[in-house]
Amino acid sequence: MASISMPESHDWLSESARQRVQRRHAADKRMRLYGLAAIGLAIGLLGVLLVSLILSGYTAFVQTKVPLQVTVSPEQVKPDNLERGNYRKLVRDAFLDLMPVEMSRSEQRDYLSMLSSGAPFLLRDRVLADPSLVGQTVEIMAPLADPMDQFHKGIIPRDVPEEQRRVNDVQIGYYDQLVAEGLVSTPFNWALFFSPDSRFPELAGLAGALVGSFYALLVCFLISFPVGIAAAIYLEEFARKNRWSDLIEVNINNLAAVPSVVFGLLGLAVFLGFFGLPRSAPLVGGMVLSLMTLPTIIIATRAALKAVPPSIREAAFGIGASRHQVVTHHVLPLALPGILTGTIIGLAQALGETAPLLLIGMNAFITSAPGGLTDPATALPTQIFIWADSPERGFVARTSAAILVLIGFLIIMNAIAIFLRQKLERKW
Amino acid sequence: MSEVEPMQVSAGELARAAQNAVQAEAQPTAHARVAARDVNVYYGENHALKHVDIDIYNNEVVSFIGPSGCGKSTFLRCLNRMNDVIEGCRVTGEIMLDNQDIYSRDLDVVQLRARVGMVFQKPNPFPKSIYDNIAYGPRLHGIAAGKSELDDIVEVSLSKAGLWEEVKDRLKEPGTGLSGGQQQRLCIARAIAVNPEVILMDEPCSALDPIATAKIEELIDELRQNFTIVIVTHSMQQAARVSQRTAFFHLGTLVEWGETEQIFTKPRDERTQGYITGRFG
Repeated sequence: MASISMPESHDWLSESARQRVQRRHAADKRMRLYGLAAIGLAIGLLGVLLVSLILSGYTAFVQTKVPLQVTVSPEQVKPDNLERGNYRKLVRDAFLDLMPVEMSRSEQRDYLSMLSSGAPFLLRDRVLADPSLVGQTVEIMAPLADPMDQFHKGIIPRDVPEEQRRVNDVQIGYYDQLVAEGLVSTPFNWALFFSPDSRFPELAGLAGALVGSFYALLVCFLISFPVGIAAAIYLEEFARKNRWSDLIEVNINNLAAVPSVVFGLLGLAVFLGFFGLPRSAPLVGGMVLSLMTLPTIIIATRAALKAVPPSIREAAFGIGASRHQVVTHHVLPLALPGILTGTIIGLAQALGETAPLLLIGMNAFITSAPGGLTDPATALPTQIFIWADSPERGFVARTSAAILVLIGFLIIMNAIAIFLRQKLERKW
Repeated sequence: MSEVEPMQVSAGELARAAQNAVQAEAQPTAHARVAARDVNVYYGENHALKHVDIDIYNNEVVSFIGPSGCGKSTFLRCLNRMNDVIEGCRVTGEIMLDNQDIYSRDLDVVQLRARVGMVFQKPNPFPKSIYDNIAYGPRLHGIAAGKSELDDIVEVSLSKAGLWEEVKDRLKEPGTGLSGGQQQRLCIARAIAVNPEVILMDEPCSALDPIATAKIEELIDELRQNFTIVIVTHSMQQAARVSQRTAFFHLGTLVEWGETEQIFTKPRDERTQGYITGRFG
């Protein structure tokens, strides 16, 4: 043992020591730079995504329209059969009134195709909502057809050969005249939020998808919130720790990692195939989504329950509270902020989930907002999927706009989660 | 410790212990409120507490002393079956509270914990108002018949815990906003609000400063009039100051128990002697 000895002394000011300090400082600095670079890259990519979405999507938030003075004549629209009135003719006549010039047949066809084919439906809806309009003159803001809309927004360029654009020179002539008279305007496109889907991009909106997503999330919440919390409470507060509880825990964690398309197949086979529930229904969508949200909520709830200090449980037990009183009076209220945060994040994930909804048919073309849980519907992500698949130019901008709406909802939900956590969480 | 101190307990404290002993003897009718016979506790394979026999008498303070890990807290937690909550814990033997076996099937553990209150090492008020902290137990067990009765219980409990004067104007404020010593007295008030027969205290002063400790010790002495108190402590001085009887635990066995004065002056077992003179522990 005598051969081993500590060094006599260490020179903290030697050259090698100084170099070591320098190397350490440099390493610290490098470490920080790597981190900064990673964060910069992440934020940069996010910025690129958002900017490209906004650039391609902002035009969908306004819609090119012309005001039409339509006289709802009782000859075309019979008061006793409002549904079957000839609104098409009324709108055409009103649109032709805007351009009091001689037209050949083909010029007239070109001119009339500048107006959205959906304009008669707008008039019909107005009249159906207020039958007293028959015999009067109403003003409707009629959207222009998609090519004119794109032309007005500058997406279809003017200075290319006629055969390379979907707007011909005759139409441009009429368009310039309409603009000169100050008839063409681009008001905010409320139809994007309040109209259902349509074959015509200038009429298509997200109402059906928003309502469908809302119903699906409602079902998802109603199933996964109580079941998830009950399961987590049982596992955390009541279950004995043994091989079975370990097995359950591993399986729940695995469930959280199962690809969502698998849940969609399960929903297709079980909910639609075996139980015969309706296709494309938000009810089934919500049930499938709740399968995905459940593990998230269970894991978040268990973490929140674990975070409640054991001293609170002991205090309550010590005063003679039973297990369920300890849980309901003390543990659960203290864990609630964490549970709510986890739930909202789980629902936000469910809101963006596409694959399982595709498999149960929530990507159908549906032109009315669902009136109930079993009506066919789309959801936000599947609506994006449908629009992204559509060939019309107008759907390009609308797809980006729909993505922005979806991202907006996700940001709002996450902000609520953060707010709840800040507001309710106790500091120990 | 390099040098063995002859005695860690001062003469004044011994005198106090002697006085306590006189008081203990002055109660010839004292019967064993709690009687433990051959109590064993296992944590899984670990035999944590071995063959403990002890009697705890009415209106007395009994202190459990001993080095860390000796089983004194484990035994304390047997007395209100708090060990039930711990997984893998098994208790054998017999513990009688007023001649009723507390581990028998007929006995409701929740009622037992109301009858045998507990104060913990770290003050653990509920994150609720001071009023609700006290009122929780009475509400739970239906002790108060109405709002005014509940108000009375809160006032009496806080008064008994010596806290009423300090908090009577802020009963709606959270209990967690009080100082450490006040929190611990709040916990004591919470325990006595359900009018228990026995109060168990698990090192109630270990997280407190000396002034707060002195207040709690005074309080324990006063509470003795109405309750039977069992206190686990690491401080032999505290045991000598507050208790009439002392039990010394070592390595999971109850080495000896008796009047506090006797334990500190004429211990029968040399392990006790070794511990109180500071040779180990």
